[in-house]
Amino acid sequence: MALSSVLQSESADFSFNNDRSFSFGCGLGQTDLGFGAAPGDRLNFSIKASLGPDDEDGPERKIEFLHGTTTLAFKFQHGVIVAVDSRATAGAYIASQTVKKVIEINPYLLGTMAGGAADCSFWERLLARQCRVYELRNKERISVAAASKLLANMVYQYKGMGLSMGTMVCGWDKRGPGLYYVDSEGNRVCGDLFAVGSGSMYAYGVVDSGLRQDLSVEEACELGRRAIYQATYRDAYSGGQVNLYHVHSEGWTRVSQEDVLKLHHQYQEQKK
Amino acid sequence: MAARYDRAITVFSPDGHLFQVEYAQEAVKKGSTAVGIRGKDIVVLGVEKKSVAKLQEERTVRKICALDDHVCMAFAGLTADARIVINRARVECQSHRLTVEDPVTVEYITRHIATLKQRYTQSNGRRPFGISALIVGFDYDGTPRLYQTDPSGTYHAWKANAIGRSAKTVREFLEKNYTDESIATDNEAIKLAIKALLEVVQSGGKNIELAVIRRNQPLKLLESKEIETLVAEIEKEKEEEAEKKKQKKST
Repeated sequence: MALSSVLQSESADFSFNNDRSFSFGCGLGQTDLGFGAAPGDRLNFSIKASLGPDDEDGPERKIEFLHGTTTLAFKFQHGVIVAVDSRATAGAYIASQTVKKVIEINPYLLGTMAGGAADCSFWERLLARQCRVYELRNKERISVAAASKLLANMVYQYKGMGLSMGTMVCGWDKRGPGLYYVDSEGNRVCGDLFAVGSGSMYAYGVVDSGLRQDLSVEEACELGRRAIYQATYRDAYSGGQVNLYHVHSEGWTRVSQEDVLKLHHQYQEQKK
Repeated sequence: MAARYDRAITVFSPDGHLFQVEYAQEAVKKGSTAVGIRGKDIVVLGVEKKSVAKLQEERTVRKICALDDHVCMAFAGLTADARIVINRARVECQSHRLTVEDPVTVEYITRHIATLKQRYTQSNGRRPFGISALIVGFDYDGTPRLYQTDPSGTYHAWKANAIGRSAKTVREFLEKNYTDESIATDNEAIKLAIKALLEVVQSGGKNIELAVIRRNQPLKLLESKEIETLVAEIEKEKEEEAEKKKQKKST
């Protein structure tokens, strides 16, 4: 009873925050534990406008959205670095600190996860299947451009139906390192650097100041790690561990998984 | 026995034949000859031009068609069926460029055409396409390719092949004369194609249409003057060969 009235009153906020697809927000989850229903709570939803506030709010809002996240990827001379955090939030409740936000599509393609966890992992697994069929039919690996295009075309058919997915498709093909940003709005953009999620602004600041084309592999990894760390430091909705991957000509390698608290102490030491 | 199994093509005959497909292959054998040769840096397609009626404009019926910048095909058989296949192939070339952001490989588009043909051998109320196609081109890594499809939907890669009327004669000629030297230069490859066609074409250079694709260049149809020049060269070479043989015999 109390919950439903809270939900009704929150619906005004819900439409207001619509345009910020990936900056803020968290799914409602099970905040009906009692304290989650306090009126001062900032329950932001970044679901698409088509889901009006009058619709059955219950099931929709129980979906856990990972807009509270920081994921980033950038190209450099030795390939692509992919760095993500691992926190999932439901309102002010930290649902998990150990979420895998990098999806291994196949041994040479990676996808990152932002938005709806189910949407991301489902569509990227479907993409993995398509990529494998392409490889079998054409006897050569699919290019990153083609893989990202397949994903974009798949989700475009569901545009306006409430999918929430912002992913970066990263790989290495015969044209060199490839990095594409694909989302459920139908955007598909090629680029050298992307950061997605609520902590993306903080991550951009760090990467923009440190990115050079001639970085070595260790320097680039450290840059990615630092960027995610800084984002988790300031953004409440990012945290947990920093998962780091490096995509090179032979495929991808999982470089490291480090707890943010450990990194914090490490950087503090360095300052001294 | 055969007559009872060729009405609906989805039916096998007791001894395992698809008669409609075989009849389609007969239709192909009635079409004018086409020959394809894969050189090192060039692929050549040559077709026998049917003589046109007096009032007919010459250039309206083209048997060699570009499917994309880097792929083209020639066919033997029913021209109307070929038009449909060519249209579908052209659209597929562009769709591939859109979804995969890369031009088609020759093998891919051949496979697409062959799958299309096979579909028509396994549906209700449709007859197979009555054409065989020779598809030539360069892949984006620079390798030249030549493929042949037939009405049943199978396809194979070839170094040189012929289809249509008297295809067997031409193929035997090619088997004897296709060597690494004979395709060493672009010109030699073109001359080989002309020589092969001259085996079966009646009145010489006038009834031959030739097209070439060179690596990274679009399809080029040779003008009749160029063909005449090459035919004259071939005739001269033949005479010189004959002279040499005579001298050998007399000594």
